Amino acid sequence: MTTQTNRMQHGAYNHAYLDEQTKRMIRRAILKAVAIPGYQVPFGSREMPVPYGWGTGGIQVTASIIGQDDVYKCIDQGADDTTNAVSIRRFFARVADVATTERTAEATIIQTRHRIPEAPLKEGQIMVYQVPQPEPLRGLEPRETETRAMHAYEEYGLQYLSLYESVAAFGRIAGGAGYPVLVDERYLMSPSPIPKFDNPKLHQSEALHLFGAGREKRIYAVPPHTDVRSLDFEDYPFDVQSWDEVCALCGCPDSYKDEVILDDEGTRMFVCSDSSHCSDRRDAGHAGPMAGHELDQGSADAANLEDAE
Amino acid sequence: MIGSLALEGVSPGFANPVADSQRVFRRVLDAMSRPGRLIDLDSGIAAASPHLTAASALALTLLDFETPVFVALDADGEAFANWLRFHCGCPITAEPKAAAYALVLADLLPALDQFYAGDPKYPDRATTLIVVCAALEGGAAVRLEGPGIAETRRIAPAGLPEDFWNQVRADRSAFQLGVDIILTAGDQIIALPRSTRIVPEN
Amino acid sequence: MAYVSVKGGERAISNAHQWLDEMRRGDASVPELTVEQIRHQMSLAVDRVMMEGSCYDPELAALAIKQARGDVTEAIFLVRAYRTTLQRFGATEPIKTPEMAVQRRVSAAFKDIPGGQILGPTFDYTHRLLNFDLCDAGPAGVAVKATEPVVEKMPTIASVFAHESLLEQTAAESDDAPEPYDLTREPMAFPAGRDQRLQALARGDEGFLLSLAYASQRGWGSTHPLCGEIRMGDVTVEFTPEELGFPIEIGEIVVTECQMISNFEGSADKPPQFTFGYGLTFGHNERKAMSMAIVDRALRHKEVGENGVHAVQDEEFVLYHSDNVEASGFVQHLKLPHYVDFQAQLQFVRRLCKEWREAREAATPDAGEFAEAAE
Repeated sequence: MTTQTNRMQHGAYNHAYLDEQTKRMIRRAILKAVAIPGYQVPFGSREMPVPYGWGTGGIQVTASIIGQDDVYKCIDQGADDTTNAVSIRRFFARVADVATTERTAEATIIQTRHRIPEAPLKEGQIMVYQVPQPEPLRGLEPRETETRAMHAYEEYGLQYLSLYESVAAFGRIAGGAGYPVLVDERYLMSPSPIPKFDNPKLHQSEALHLFGAGREKRIYAVPPHTDVRSLDFEDYPFDVQSWDEVCALCGCPDSYKDEVILDDEGTRMFVCSDSSHCSDRRDAGHAGPMAGHELDQGSADAANLEDAE
Repeated sequence: MIGSLALEGVSPGFANPVADSQRVFRRVLDAMSRPGRLIDLDSGIAAASPHLTAASALALTLLDFETPVFVALDADGEAFANWLRFHCGCPITAEPKAAAYALVLADLLPALDQFYAGDPKYPDRATTLIVVCAALEGGAAVRLEGPGIAETRRIAPAGLPEDFWNQVRADRSAFQLGVDIILTAGDQIIALPRSTRIVPEN
Repeated sequence: MAYVSVKGGERAISNAHQWLDEMRRGDASVPELTVEQIRHQMSLAVDRVMMEGSCYDPELAALAIKQARGDVTEAIFLVRAYRTTLQRFGATEPIKTPEMAVQRRVSAAFKDIPGGQILGPTFDYTHRLLNFDLCDAGPAGVAVKATEPVVEKMPTIASVFAHESLLEQTAAESDDAPEPYDLTREPMAFPAGRDQRLQALARGDEGFLLSLAYASQRGWGSTHPLCGEIRMGDVTVEFTPEELGFPIEIGEIVVTECQMISNFEGSADKPPQFTFGYGLTFGHNERKAMSMAIVDRALRHKEVGENGVHAVQDEEFVLYHSDNVEASGFVQHLKLPHYVDFQAQLQFVRRLCKEWREAREAATPDAGEFAEAAE
């Protein structure tokens, strides 16, 4: 088994895992994505050591941009301590030897699945989104050849028709996450499955937003200071989710909330989905109605709890 | 075929290719994301001709066997093409329309419509044009707006052909088609992606 | 404790990995499988992992099967993720299957063909009775040696037909043909060239292609295929290094090749003739090679002027959904937390529900109460 032993010993993965030619190919795609905001650039997505659907696009984008000076944050559902976020953060700490953080303000690259942090983003920060389905029209038209033509000729009637049908059926525009946007009044774009609550954060953002879809092999971007408009009608304007409850732990009234089921009787609590936002607020002395609850302990304790089970 | 190249006088590339190309790429990305902003590449390379420093760093960062390149430089052209082949392994094309990237001296710039502006379904296939200018400040001023620019931004690169900005205006009118432009001088760049529009002064 | 169980820490992950490792090993009192044993005694699983993993390396494939606890799709994924990190030197010369050192070769089109029918090591004609002798270390099988050597060059079914022009002739690739499409470096594009399609099918999931081929045989696709030829054996792989300029042998691989014949009624430009579909796999896998050939032929419907109304004839449908590493990842990613999206849906449905009740109450004052009571 000498060949095998040799293979095992080499440990010769490049910095940030991808080889330099792959990085160049992805970097070229990213530049084109930035130059044509909202347009999905096809790229030669590589097979990654995590499954498709688990962040392969985001990981390839991050691997192509990350360097020694970066501070990397990775969230899933808004939280730094969700299993897949922990796993991806650990991957980059290992293969890119990069500093990591859970604090939004300290990060230069924030990789995310399904959320944009609550804290306003700054110049110098790059958001990297993991995208399961980059094509906003895919649910309406399964054929790539058709949807590509719709984007080419700006034929978005089908999308508006679908919104109109939803108004007719429900009295409002349906859709809570992955709500389609128009970028710089040209390309229809899926903001990835972020809740529509987060859509306004893309509009005229200070940060650069890069979207990577590994399985579907597409990269797209929203540059800073770019108009991003959530589709709507004059008489049915776009609106975002809100909660009657404040965060049970930090008392935040206007963050996106996770609903936590506490028992079989329907008892529940609402807590900030953005764990960094919540802990920053608690550190600053804010307290919610259930402050001191065992969820109020931080991720290390949460892990210990699970280990003890 | 490396053997057929005249290797004498081929200047070195990046001292640390992995870290250097990452750093330069991030600055190019910054430039593309904030069109019109003057960005120092800090490339750390010693190009054979100092005015080609940024252009060389961009080549090392972005080009390889997958990117046909059109080169139009004056006396440096031949040596530079050799340097490109050696460091990047990219095919050199004499046909602007076939070029994924073009490296051109401002004085020798062909009309922009000579380059590939992309396909309506695949606008990303358009040429990226790297223009070597005399300087990135001190020329005639133009005002820019578009994605990446908060209000408007004013730039004044020097040494571009007289009707350059009219050509850019015409190119921009065909968006999503268009060429993406990176102006360079010394080790600095200004990016003008096709999403950037030229607006009248005041 | 729902909240805690989704939010796991690093220790939870590493503990899960350790548990997985223990499960893989199983009962420690039973001798551990070696990679060599898997390679030599589960060789058809190894062949499949090499093919769908797009990497001809029996040792690696055997290791992947061991690590994946025999889960072939997981093993394919492991091989793919390793393959993607390998340096690429270029494309080899096309392999020459007419020059194959044949171990098995059958044609269903003719009783006898030049070179002969060679049954070879096949499950065909075995009675599928469990062999309880294998419960213990079974007797070593010994192959019967042929009395005469197999002919060196065995013409393919295509060349048998060649002088009669009854089988479509494909133009031979010229020497300076561009490198074939490579899906591992470029995204899928449509309309797909045949090189792109065949690569996708070769990497495609055996089960998916088998079901598509079966459906097309049952009428969900207008092919009426006949197995022109299947051959399996060793072929030489040659590579032309840029600095040498001539091909050198870099190894031998076992492949299975299948040519499926379908008839074609002819058109204004083309006489009535037979058309074919092509299948090729690493190692010995006739089920996959035949399925691939049938699906390839079904996807050629436009070339021969057939109506493409069935799923198997739709290249976007077939090519986008044949990759089991993509499919498995995306189906299983639903295990990842989706509570941000679900919260958005909950809000929406709760609101609709509330409005629905209010509307019912307003219409018939008793109805609302009734609905509440019924819940």
